[in-house]
Amino acid sequence: MKLRTLSFLLAGVMLTGLSLTSGLHAAAADHIVASHAWIRVLPGNLPAGAYVTLENNGDQPVALSGASSTAYADVMLHQSSNEGGMSRMAMLESLAVPAHGKVLLAPAGYHLMLMKATQSVKPGDTVKLNLRFTDGSTLTTNFLARPADALDDSH
Amino acid sequence: MLDGMNKTTDSRMKPRRSPGTAVMLLLLAISLLLGGCQRTEPLPFRLTNISGHMPALDFKLTDDQGKAVSGADYHGKVVMLYFGYTHCPDVCPLTLAQLHVVMQRLGKLADGARILFVSVDPTRDTPAVMHAYVNAFDPRAVGLTGDPGAIEALVKRYRSAFTREPASSDGNYEVSHSSAIYVFDRDGNARVLSTPADSQDDLVHDLNLLLSTGAPS
Repeated sequence: MKLRTLSFLLAGVMLTGLSLTSGLHAAAADHIVASHAWIRVLPGNLPAGAYVTLENNGDQPVALSGASSTAYADVMLHQSSNEGGMSRMAMLESLAVPAHGKVLLAPAGYHLMLMKATQSVKPGDTVKLNLRFTDGSTLTTNFLARPADALDDSH
Repeated sequence: MLDGMNKTTDSRMKPRRSPGTAVMLLLLAISLLLGGCQRTEPLPFRLTNISGHMPALDFKLTDDQGKAVSGADYHGKVVMLYFGYTHCPDVCPLTLAQLHVVMQRLGKLADGARILFVSVDPTRDTPAVMHAYVNAFDPRAVGLTGDPGAIEALVKRYRSAFTREPASSDGNYEVSHSSAIYVFDRDGNARVLSTPADSQDDLVHDLNLLLSTGAPS
């Protein structure tokens, strides 16, 4: 009797846990549509900037917390700013995408800094980046590698 | 500046003088204006005019071929001076990509211009690194690096600054730097300043003025 109650309880807890986890995982990434994804490739092993437009078609705001890729050992979410005639870069913990809104990761603003390339990335290549949201869900997105002198003419 | 002052003085004085004096003053003003034209023509710049407010181009650095160069080596060229570093993945390559477009828009005149990209991160930016970097943007771009003291002196000369930010755990670091482009005429005189807020059309306009006036010396 006791054992049965306990196992029911355990099963219940596990099920709740599972549905909660999958529910959360579905939430952020499933409501995001990524477009205009590209990387500015620089010579040698220099860090590269990655850009993308994120649209949230959900009723809840979501937040991008970073990204990972097999092509780069290190990826950081950054924001460039220009104040008092000085260009600066700052690390961001997360970047909010408003409900039914969008956010642009574009040159001279928000971007992902890709560091320590594990393989040679050349203009014309497609690189997979797993965009990570604050709830732990991820969205795999194809980024087009473009030359150093590429302009952001997609917006 | 001088020509403008002459004009103002002349129009203010006119009503108080006799017609003869007025004519003489007018003739004097015209001759001064014409004389002035031959020496320092006031160019109708659209960007912030820094003529006479910033010092002439002067430095001792190493170019991306590893050669020692000075400001005088670029006399005869219209120079666009920009500070940055190669580990800057966003703003520096964007600025250089935009300057490449500016060069393309200048057409044949662009041969008379040079982009000088000065590193504010000489520790990582060797001439070889700089060479690969600048050539990814424009064949008329030159990468300059060198002694940290010499770079600091050049940055200070143009009343700017740069700051090396604290390194992350893996040793990577960012450098905050001036976002402006300083434009010099063929004689190395500072002429206009372009900031990220300015339009590319205005930069092309002002470079056209500098490149089409005054033959290479």
